[in-house]
Amino acid sequence: MDELLKRLTEAHGVSGDEGEIREILKSEAANLADEVSIDRMGNLVAFKKGTKSGKKIMLCAHMDEVGLIIHNIADNGILKFSTVGSIDPRVLISKKVRIGKKKQYGILGLKAIHLQEPDERKTVVKTKQLYIDIGAKSKDEALKLVNLGDYAAFDTEYLPFGQGRIKGKALDDRLGCSVLLNALKCRYPFDLYACFTTQEEVGIRGAGVAAFNIKPSMALIVEGTTCSDVPGVDEHMRSTRLGKGPAITVMDATSYSNKDMVNKIIETAIKENIPYQMKQSAAGGNDAGAIHISGEGIKTAVVSVPCRYIHSPNSVADMNDYYSTSRLVEAFLKGCE
Amino acid sequence: MKELLKKLVLCYGPAGNEEAIRDCIKEEIKDYVDEVKVDVLGNLIAVKRGGGKKVMLAAHMDQIGFMVTYIDEKGFIRFSRVGGIFVQNSINSKVVFKDGLVGVVSYESEIEDIKDVKLDKMYIDIGTKSREETEKLVKIGDVAVYANGFAESNGRYIAQAMDDRAGCVLLIETAKRLKSSPHEVYFVFTVQEELGVRGAKTSAYALDPHVGIAVDVTLTGDTPKSKLMAVRMGEGPAIKVKDVLIMAHPKVKELMITRAREAGVPYQMEILEAGGTDAGAIHLTRKGIPSGVLSIPTRYVHSDCEMVDAGDMENGVKLLLKILEEEIEF
Amino acid sequence: MDTKDFLSELVNTPGISGYEESISLKVSRVFERYCDEVRTDAFYNVYGKMTDQVGEGMPKVMLAAHIDEIGLMVKEVCEDGFLRFVSVGGVDQRILPGLEVIVHGKENLLGIIGAKPPHLQIGDEAKKALEMKDMAIDVGFSGEKLKGVINVGDPITFKSPLTTLNGTIVCGKALDDRAGAAILLETMKQLKELRFEAEVYFVATVQEEIGTRGAIISTFRVMPDIGIAIDVTHGDMPDAPKEETFSMDKGPVIAIGPNMHPGLTKKLMDIAKEHGIEYLVEVEAGPTGTDARAIQISRSGVPTVLVQLPLKYMHTTVETINIETVKKAGMLLARFISSMKEGWREWMNY
Repeated sequence: MDELLKRLTEAHGVSGDEGEIREILKSEAANLADEVSIDRMGNLVAFKKGTKSGKKIMLCAHMDEVGLIIHNIADNGILKFSTVGSIDPRVLISKKVRIGKKKQYGILGLKAIHLQEPDERKTVVKTKQLYIDIGAKSKDEALKLVNLGDYAAFDTEYLPFGQGRIKGKALDDRLGCSVLLNALKCRYPFDLYACFTTQEEVGIRGAGVAAFNIKPSMALIVEGTTCSDVPGVDEHMRSTRLGKGPAITVMDATSYSNKDMVNKIIETAIKENIPYQMKQSAAGGNDAGAIHISGEGIKTAVVSVPCRYIHSPNSVADMNDYYSTSRLVEAFLKGCE
Repeated sequence: MKELLKKLVLCYGPAGNEEAIRDCIKEEIKDYVDEVKVDVLGNLIAVKRGGGKKVMLAAHMDQIGFMVTYIDEKGFIRFSRVGGIFVQNSINSKVVFKDGLVGVVSYESEIEDIKDVKLDKMYIDIGTKSREETEKLVKIGDVAVYANGFAESNGRYIAQAMDDRAGCVLLIETAKRLKSSPHEVYFVFTVQEELGVRGAKTSAYALDPHVGIAVDVTLTGDTPKSKLMAVRMGEGPAIKVKDVLIMAHPKVKELMITRAREAGVPYQMEILEAGGTDAGAIHLTRKGIPSGVLSIPTRYVHSDCEMVDAGDMENGVKLLLKILEEEIEF
Repeated sequence: MDTKDFLSELVNTPGISGYEESISLKVSRVFERYCDEVRTDAFYNVYGKMTDQVGEGMPKVMLAAHIDEIGLMVKEVCEDGFLRFVSVGGVDQRILPGLEVIVHGKENLLGIIGAKPPHLQIGDEAKKALEMKDMAIDVGFSGEKLKGVINVGDPITFKSPLTTLNGTIVCGKALDDRAGAAILLETMKQLKELRFEAEVYFVATVQEEIGTRGAIISTFRVMPDIGIAIDVTHGDMPDAPKEETFSMDKGPVIAIGPNMHPGLTKKLMDIAKEHGIEYLVEVEAGPTGTDARAIQISRSGVPTVLVQLPLKYMHTTVETINIETVKKAGMLLARFISSMKEGWREWMNY
């Protein structure tokens, strides 16, 4: 079991509340980078001076994960919440979350099946109808355990399972963060800025600020991307496939990857014998969306670890895909002058 | 102007893949400007140097298209849209890839009601019989564009990509005919407008002009039982009041109206309820850049038969020339 | 200037998003009475600068409230003299039938948005909401007379002056966010009585209702260290869920969530408690629908707080607020600014 991945994925870091994951990443990066700093949006930037040129390359992965935020505490001690980032309400029912700094347990209950009308089970529950029970009987009792504005993350244990696969929460994009840490182990000819960004999930808010500060000539974004190779999905809708290697993006919802970079990434993969796949959908947005249009424009490309069931309590990824993504990113960077 | 327009609309250049159209435009404009350069995202910037205010004219080079995402065992191609591709404009359309490979777009015909057809139920047929055969010709990421050709009918031109090659033509013609201007004029041919006015953002940031004017197409309200809109083809270029991305700056609007009157050019005021242009990006750059739009009334936008009026285009050039030849008071 | 009078003047001044020249001028004249320096940019954002003690390392604080209002715009002048229109900003079409408006063409004309009387409605007609595209404004003139007077693109505002309902409860159109501008004025007045060590910019922004556009360019210009957005939130209405609305007399509403800086927001709440200023808390799960959305991610990022005024019936012509809360918000913000001393940067550490 990869202990670091366990710590990274189990740490809390819902968009706007990235404190815990930032601390972990900061202490890990401090051992590897020349300088570690935090900017005004809370982005963590690890800087590693280049051996040759002063050219700046930005490596980027977002620290934040989707989750919930408590927006109301009812008189009967029940909590109402909003989703932070995009979460399908259907994945929330009957799950556990951990709330606030004290990681108070909360459950997303639902009226027992015995008490439901037959057609009720067929309706989609809206987020507004859901609630969290923390075992408190009154508002005052609840306020002893949680506060208005507390963030809640899925209560998910990181575990390896099946054949070389792992399951956990926030694989999007703690796997990317881990790839960045791996890349920081080397020194490159150019100045490397490894940026762990905030608030990607609520509108790609941190990355633009990071790019504005650094003004790199090029940025490589490492994501955890949607993988839909499951029953009921047409072949052509699967986007990426588990086990087929890192996915390279041609175009997604928020940016069109720079073609020279994409070609170079593919060449590198072939040369180093690293399996890879082309992302087969143009869906999904990520930090490249904000970075490429920053200032006078920045060349960007996106490489992703395929993850099944992203934005839900349990995502699945293939360790080989993760290792290959790491190797590919490193090899690509080493090939940059 | 007709020959230039024909050349440009037949040139390949979907968003994110503007190399060919950029080269084409560069050839056409380079002899009429002092310098031509290409920036990080691929925008083409041609400048006619001058002493006064920096004026940025913008027309986008990119067109909408179909990006290959999957090739099935029989060789049929599944795609994602690049920009505003609509089902009703694509069924049984002819498309072409960069190197001239032709295909037909159609849909899973077991679907009874056209309303149920979505883009992921459609495919491109390039006439191959197997995956292997197709894979020799296209790969994931390749983009096809509408390929209807160019036609003329009663003083109107019909082709795909009038949005916004017609705007590009206006800029080139203006550069050709501009004898003198008190301003430093930047003719910017932007990339990726169809994906969210992206090229305009970075080019405006780099230039930080005093004023920006985008030249793009707009819809019309003059076809049978059309949605209400006060713009009619043939009644002159339209001066933008508002669209989804911009409230045209009142001083730029006034400037355009005044110059149109001075030049004896017919014009109309335009409100576009759905859609935006590069000016939407330009005006919010840095500390804010007063911007407006000169629109070419166009029917059937985002289809393979976009129609423009030759007179509107000629008047568009006249208006741009007048704006550039005179002072800008604000 | 009396805050209620200021508010009344603002409410009576037209200024739909993109057409704020008049209201910008009014605001700038009032700001001049309190600020050291007042400027207006090409988009009519107004910047009023106030300083007290000057020195090295002081924070640059930007307060922002928007002065644009939602409204309508002439889409077509029909031959028969009726005007077809589009909305500017989020206008609920259900408020329109029977409303009085002012069409700002070469002359200002009074108009009525017509409504078919019940007597003439057929079958189910009465059961459906009327759609904007089917409505028309009657200005009482024929098409011929309107030529050259009214044109496509002319802005249209709602006619609804500030009316006192009861005590400090007032209503009118555009209190979203002219009431915020009134908070700027209150803050200026209160700040004038205090000592402070900051460079303060009171910015009346434009085009918020169509995408926080004024805030984008004004924040880029000011480059503040701290951002304070001032806007409105929902006051409790009889037909709205209790958990999404706020009491009209428990003070301003401070927002928390990813769009607001947690450390800075906590400091603001501490100041409120310290000075016995009542406040409520609103949790916002994503980028808010206010200038704070734009301010926070400008350039290198700006730690931002959001202070809101409870307002009932938002985006109608009968928006209702409590003037008392405007004053409390002003007090809170003045005290907040005055509390910024050496060590203010630590409030923004992560």
